[in-house]
Amino acid sequence: MSNTPLKIVVVGHVDHGKSTLVGRLLHETGALPEGKVEYLKEVCDKRGMPFEWAFVMDALQAERDQGITIDTSQLRFHTGFRPVLIIDAPGHKEFLKNMITGAASAEAAVLIVDAHEGVQEQTRRHGYLLHLLGLSQIAVVVNKMDLVGWSQDRFNEVDAEIRAYLAGIGVTPTHVVPVSARGGDFIKARSEAAAWYQGPTVLEALDGFAAAVTAHDLDLRFPVQDVYKFDARRIIAGRIESGRLKVGDKLVFSPSGKSAKIASIEAWAGSDVTVVSAGAGQSVGFTLDEPIFVERGQIAHLAEAAPALAHEIKARVFWLGRDPLVLGDRLKLKLSTAEYHVEVAAIERVIDVEDLGSHQGAQVGRNAVAEVVLRSRSAMAFDTFGTNARLGRFVLVHGYDIVGGGIVGGARDTRNIFQVDHQVTTESRARANGHKGGVLWLTGLSGAGKSTIAMELERRLFQKGWQVNVLDGDNVRHGLCRDLGFSHEDRTENIRRVGEVAHLFAKAGMLVITAFISPYRADRDRVRAIDASAFHEIHVATDLGACEARDPKGLYKKARQGEIPDFTGISAPYEAPDAPELVLNTEGKSVEETVAELLVYVENRFGRAAVETLSA
Amino acid sequence: MTEMNDLDQLEAQSIYIFREAFNRLDKIAMLWSIGKDSNVMLWLARKAFFGHVPFPVLHVDTSYKIPEMIEFRDRVAKEWNLPLIVGQNKAALDAGMHPSQGRVNCCSALKTEGLKALLAEHGFTGVIAGIRRDEEGTRAKERVFSPRNDTNEWDVRDQPPEFWDQFKTDFAPGTHLRIHPLLAWTELDVWRYIAREGIPVVDLYFAKNGQRYRSLGCAPCTGSIASTASTVEEIVEELETTKTSERAGRAQDKESEDAFERLRAAGYM
Repeated sequence: MSNTPLKIVVVGHVDHGKSTLVGRLLHETGALPEGKVEYLKEVCDKRGMPFEWAFVMDALQAERDQGITIDTSQLRFHTGFRPVLIIDAPGHKEFLKNMITGAASAEAAVLIVDAHEGVQEQTRRHGYLLHLLGLSQIAVVVNKMDLVGWSQDRFNEVDAEIRAYLAGIGVTPTHVVPVSARGGDFIKARSEAAAWYQGPTVLEALDGFAAAVTAHDLDLRFPVQDVYKFDARRIIAGRIESGRLKVGDKLVFSPSGKSAKIASIEAWAGSDVTVVSAGAGQSVGFTLDEPIFVERGQIAHLAEAAPALAHEIKARVFWLGRDPLVLGDRLKLKLSTAEYHVEVAAIERVIDVEDLGSHQGAQVGRNAVAEVVLRSRSAMAFDTFGTNARLGRFVLVHGYDIVGGGIVGGARDTRNIFQVDHQVTTESRARANGHKGGVLWLTGLSGAGKSTIAMELERRLFQKGWQVNVLDGDNVRHGLCRDLGFSHEDRTENIRRVGEVAHLFAKAGMLVITAFISPYRADRDRVRAIDASAFHEIHVATDLGACEARDPKGLYKKARQGEIPDFTGISAPYEAPDAPELVLNTEGKSVEETVAELLVYVENRFGRAAVETLSA
Repeated sequence: MTEMNDLDQLEAQSIYIFREAFNRLDKIAMLWSIGKDSNVMLWLARKAFFGHVPFPVLHVDTSYKIPEMIEFRDRVAKEWNLPLIVGQNKAALDAGMHPSQGRVNCCSALKTEGLKALLAEHGFTGVIAGIRRDEEGTRAKERVFSPRNDTNEWDVRDQPPEFWDQFKTDFAPGTHLRIHPLLAWTELDVWRYIAREGIPVVDLYFAKNGQRYRSLGCAPCTGSIASTASTVEEIVEELETTKTSERAGRAQDKESEDAFERLRAAGYM
């Protein structure tokens, strides 16, 4: 049995009985110091007020005067099965920041609802925030059942009401338990008061929660906390947020892209234990085999599993600032040990936690939740919250204060373009990026799968930290080639422009993926001639029959009916490449399989190994 | 590698907090009360900084400490090569301050004011203190990084949010932060850790003639408890079953119902 306590938070609307429930739980499990209840009863007598279980929690003078719990306390008890650390979060709206402080460290939650009042504003807000903070284990306690005469009908109504709301945010409560916290019914022992209830007591519901799992199985993420030079050693210190590391591992530091091997994992002087590996949750320090520049905020990881890198992120934020968050606000974003200066580039929607509706908003008020785009001056290294929560969450700081928090949904775009600076060589760009630049030219019939493959490849490479961008046939025709049609001449000009642009990006260090039918061999050869060493022709060789059978845009049908003139494969020729660098046979393969095949090719030709072969 | 147990997790978290404080704040110091908790803190600091304690260690000497404590302080400071600074409110002592003038008054003058003077003299922007949430109701309300205004006061009603290990490390000039690396530990955790790591503590904690100290302070205001626990292991065993509170022997907490809260709001540890 573990000694590690399960951390739970108790939340809900003001006066629905959180503190009473916690006071009761402590009493029922024998966790209160001897004389505490007697002492509080004595104090109550002196003041001529009735004793409340909540007073156990309300240790502060201020609270007793005001009758509101104003902050998160942490108290412990043992269910008989395991220890529990209980965080009594307050329900008053003013103190939402305290509720978040408590709930963010919990592994599971108890959401309390007054049987008489039913689901209220704070019930919904707390439920929503729990979900936003990443808590998915929620047990609902319907309190004050004695005040509704233990009515099964009333319980069923509240049960349905809360389940409906939670379902709207994707949460299924583990249990819904009817109780009287004041009377102690269904806290530890079952009660005669409601023979109709067959479910667990509150303590049994707590025993049903699963403990948080350490992030050993996720990719290695080691945010650098500090670099120490107290003695001859230069120690990179920090906590392993996920995964493992060991002596000899080659680490890459993002966003800088510099890399070196772990020479030693350091212990403190006086300890003669040699440590060779460490895992998630440990605060460690190590030395490197090369004196590369490393500073606080960089994230060390293995080359093959890099965090995402972007200047703009989409995020869901909860705002705690006194003044509303508005478009253009400049804030400090703290993600793990890194700090970035960000600007609010867009407020995409403000979420109404009452009805889960959303509306366009120019500003986000205090205690509200919104989806925003944050733009940073420098590239940010992160994971999405869903991939690795510890690297996918952040706080926002304004002035001296933490004014909000948020979780990362993803990068807004994959643009991460270096300024063309002729002092910077192709080699140094490749070293900085960890890969070579180049043009991956996908050619094939309409419907062959070029765009799908290109977009998926781009996503996969971007996740690995690559500088990568897709130039797509349909997309350039909205801008760069807006003035062109589909005649032979116009197609040639279209390909020429795209070819020039692609090579410019490639020179700037990016891997450019293009997705154009580009039916004419001569056009493709001209693009190759711009810089043959950077050009890789990939034939997506799906045959005409398969393309026409798929016909994702309904174009073949129109072409067959004569509605589209000069349609490649039907009324215009497709000249397959004579000697492409790679042929992708997509028949019978999923997109994933095809992209995996292409990824291997890209790694070999443009990846770390290819960079190493460049002259220094 | 086996899973981390609860002590491993507490240790890793405390080390993380020490390193945050050292990195984010200009000038920090650590309070050393000579008690078991601050000895554990010293131990953790040496782990965090690979054998070094890279900031001053402050002891506010009220002159009424139990003599064994001062002997222990000087011996350990020498052994671990600690950058020790001892402060004392000489003016108040010269004016005759003593618990007989009121325990809370005495604590305020000798400890709280003594500390304020020491902080002002050296210009520290962060002070690491070994308080724990389970000690007392008001300490349960604390943050890991807890701001103090320019008169060292604590505003319990308006504390900063603190989540995902993102601590408040920005603050206005003239104010400072209290940093609490042991906030999440319990008294039992502390003793189990002392047993596991072999951390030295003052002998006063061990029972002699059926009495031992559970919490150490000044001689006139600190009482011993009935106990037969004469080793660290026996103390762990004793604490696993006790229901009496740790500060039960500390007289200054009991002057009035909210004495301790008032002490803390005014800048007490």
